[in-house]
Amino acid sequence: MAWPVKNYGADPVLQLMTPAKTLFEKIWQAHLVAQPAGRSPILYIDLHLVHEVTSPQAFDGLRASGRKVRQPARTVATVDHNVPTEPRGTPITDLIAARQISALQQNCKDFGIRLFDIDSPDQGIVHVIGPELGITQPGMTIVCGDSHTSTHGAFGALSFGIGTSEVEHVLATQCLAQSKPRTMQINVQGQLSEGVTAKDLILAIIGQIGTDGATGYVIEYAGDAVRALSMEGRMTLCNMSIEAGARAGMVAPDETTIAYVQGRRFAPTGADWDRSVAYWRSLPSDPGAHFDRVVEIDAAQLSPFVTWGTNPGMVAPVTGRVPEIGDLDDSERRATELALQYMALEPGRKIEDIGVDRVFIGSCTNSRIEDLRAAARVAKGHRVNAKVRAMVVPGSQTVKRAAEQEGLHRIFQEAGFEWRESGCSMCLGMNPDILQPGERCASTSNRNFEGRQGRGGRTHLVSPMMAAAAAITGHFTDIRNWKFQ
Amino acid sequence: MKPFTVHRGRVAPLDRVNVDTDQIIPKQFLKRIEKTGFGQFVFYDWRFTEDGKKNPDFVLHEPRYESASILVAGKNFGCGSSREHAVWALSDFGFRAVISSSFADIFANNSTKNGFLTVRLTDAEVATLMQRAQQVDDYSLTIDLEKREVHDDQGFRATFPVDDFVRHCLLHGLDDIGLTLQHESEIAAYEARHPAPSALKLAIQ
Repeated sequence: MAWPVKNYGADPVLQLMTPAKTLFEKIWQAHLVAQPAGRSPILYIDLHLVHEVTSPQAFDGLRASGRKVRQPARTVATVDHNVPTEPRGTPITDLIAARQISALQQNCKDFGIRLFDIDSPDQGIVHVIGPELGITQPGMTIVCGDSHTSTHGAFGALSFGIGTSEVEHVLATQCLAQSKPRTMQINVQGQLSEGVTAKDLILAIIGQIGTDGATGYVIEYAGDAVRALSMEGRMTLCNMSIEAGARAGMVAPDETTIAYVQGRRFAPTGADWDRSVAYWRSLPSDPGAHFDRVVEIDAAQLSPFVTWGTNPGMVAPVTGRVPEIGDLDDSERRATELALQYMALEPGRKIEDIGVDRVFIGSCTNSRIEDLRAAARVAKGHRVNAKVRAMVVPGSQTVKRAAEQEGLHRIFQEAGFEWRESGCSMCLGMNPDILQPGERCASTSNRNFEGRQGRGGRTHLVSPMMAAAAAITGHFTDIRNWKFQ
Repeated sequence: MKPFTVHRGRVAPLDRVNVDTDQIIPKQFLKRIEKTGFGQFVFYDWRFTEDGKKNPDFVLHEPRYESASILVAGKNFGCGSSREHAVWALSDFGFRAVISSSFADIFANNSTKNGFLTVRLTDAEVATLMQRAQQVDDYSLTIDLEKREVHDDQGFRATFPVDDFVRHCLLHGLDDIGLTLQHESEIAAYEARHPAPSALKLAIQ
């Protein structure tokens, strides 16, 4: 943890003397290593998460230039993107994937990095295990060669995705040269209704501001509806910030955050814990702090959402319809036509009339224990529709064990869902879990891009409850009318 | 890194908005552990049919665009996944620059590390270039990073914004790890004030 020299929040005199700062600004300033004239500021990185897909070329770069990993103690690795979700021990038939996994094993060994390997009881999606092991903490700067690194912002950390060149840069220097992003506050007033989740909230936000609506910004989510979310819900919200183009998404730490972190394996203890908590409590944006842009959302107006197109901003309430082409301006019309053609949907189609072939419950967006509990509550006592193949992929081995202790796996299996091993799975289909051409899927993941879940596959993004309901009825169904058993 | 100073080349129009990195390089090609050889997979699902045949309808397969080295595309180019493979693939395929009215942050960042230029023009300027690339035979553009300027032979001329430091690195092909390490004493001083937390140290044992 990078401690600031001065704790402005706890010192009333300094607080009077310093201008009101945002959560982002406080973390940014606490991590400035140097501000060279005419260049981007150099920011210290507290935690670097590493996985098998975006790291091999970075380690090769280190070798080629004779550099070491500067801070192995701030670097943690796991395998997630292309691990099979069949029972562990099944040989990996994809030889290129196997080579990528063994490259990470060798790199971690050579450079002294802790790896939560495929057979580890702690293996899982990198954005699931960081928080659950207590490695992710408020106030940190966190990076990973993965765009959904924004997930960790749920803890009041500044956390963002980077490319492989920057992975190498952080491995070598523990720093990044970064231009300073602008700040956006998304203020969600009121309360979400029963059956409307953090996933529906973020889909509504992206639908409103667009997939490039937050490009160049760091978003801070605020307001009563955000405060009321669990840590799992906040992670879902921050996770999809990148789908609005944001550099990062953040939620200020509060008692919910502190209670979640306390007692986790790598969380601070003793005097370290007390000092950490005091610092975390100083992080929330000061009253009157300036944001470059403010967006207001009324939580009470939101319904469960379903995407109908080929990006996460193409979204409609479950009670709504696919848009009519005639209502759109020229630039939107062409994109909509291409999307509907790919999705094989006609304009004006009722969302609830869209049938599904596959259901995927998983991914760094929605594979945590709370997500599985919500889906199991819907599935309990029902049967998966005969024409649907449905799978549940827990985000980590820890989530899987917890779910099994609660008997959730039995609820899923009795209803006809497949219960798999942990990994990224069908969110991006780098392992064998993919859609066949033309198959339509209700998915709790984060991207409905063309071919994302398999070439020709058609993805509709929904919450875990909505996905479970679609598995049972065979089409999108408003969860607010569900008969829970 | 290969420097970028002035580049003149043929222009190919990709008239779509929100071209995501999953389209630029589909996931099945991310398993290579090298930086090279990705060009053959660029825009794979658009360039090839399901049985692996060349799709003659895709714009990059029109003979007049086959030697293009500048791509013009709709807004929000490079959105989605952080995969740097997208830049490696475009670059390896023969492109030196993409022109659009906006780029996703991570894609733009990745480009600067690979001597690949993202040129941001206004919507109207992009529309003009898109139209000319579609209608004018052998349509070519010159991109001058020193002057921050794009021009053609038909009187089009526009300037584009680029961060001074990024421009400096691109013009000289600088390795930015080396530049950061020039601040070794400041990094070391920061680390002395902020040691790695003891609990995290346990994580690597």
